[in-house]
Amino acid sequence: MSTTPTNHTSSAFATRLDGPAPEVDVSLDLVKRGLMAAPVLIALCAVIWGGDGAFSSLYGVGLILVNFALSAGLIAVTARISLGLMMGAVLFGYLIRLGLVFAAVLLVRDAAWISLPALGATIIITHLGLLGWELKYLAISLAHPGLKPHRAPNHR
Amino acid sequence: MEALAILAAAPTPADLKSIEAAGSAGYAYGLAAIGPALGIGFLVGKSVEAMARQPEAAGMVRTTMFLGIAFTEALALIGFVVFILLKFA
Repeated sequence: MSTTPTNHTSSAFATRLDGPAPEVDVSLDLVKRGLMAAPVLIALCAVIWGGDGAFSSLYGVGLILVNFALSAGLIAVTARISLGLMMGAVLFGYLIRLGLVFAAVLLVRDAAWISLPALGATIIITHLGLLGWELKYLAISLAHPGLKPHRAPNHR
Repeated sequence: MEALAILAAAPTPADLKSIEAAGSAGYAYGLAAIGPALGIGFLVGKSVEAMARQPEAAGMVRTTMFLGIAFTEALALIGFVVFILLKFA
């Protein structure tokens, strides 16, 4: 039995993926869960750091959700063109997104309503918390490469 | 002339402390960004290889890659938070 691929022209530069983009579904689900968790985080920061903490937490949650959406959007758009471009876009996208987060924080660092410890704590907790939470809802199988399928209600 | 006088003046202990804090913050952010950058490069390289070899599994690989990138990026974000707390707080 031969395992040699029949298509000898396939390469990372020539291959492009026209199918559905599971990372967009995952990132939209992350955004949905982020919006669900945001009031709790904001309330917690308001209790610890006051009103400034609440505004900073809101800003931090927004920053992380935009970061997730940008990351998924970049992969989805470039994968339709070529895998080589996707690789370049992900690597440079990492630098650009870090730069955007840095610029977003620089922009507000002197604002009257900002509390940097609250913003920092929110950035870390939201990012890791949402990713950990999302793992519960992922299928990652050939049939369902992204999210687990919704189960039909059990009628008895 | 005023600028030259400022440059010629010896730094005060407070100035030295703030210079050291800025240097430490820069090192923290720079070093924290190098590790995840290497990790993401390796992760994406291997994912692209897997997708080119087995396009039917591309969806699965892309989801795993997206999550891997996000988890790896958390390390850089932790470094960034340490940076903003050292530099601006």
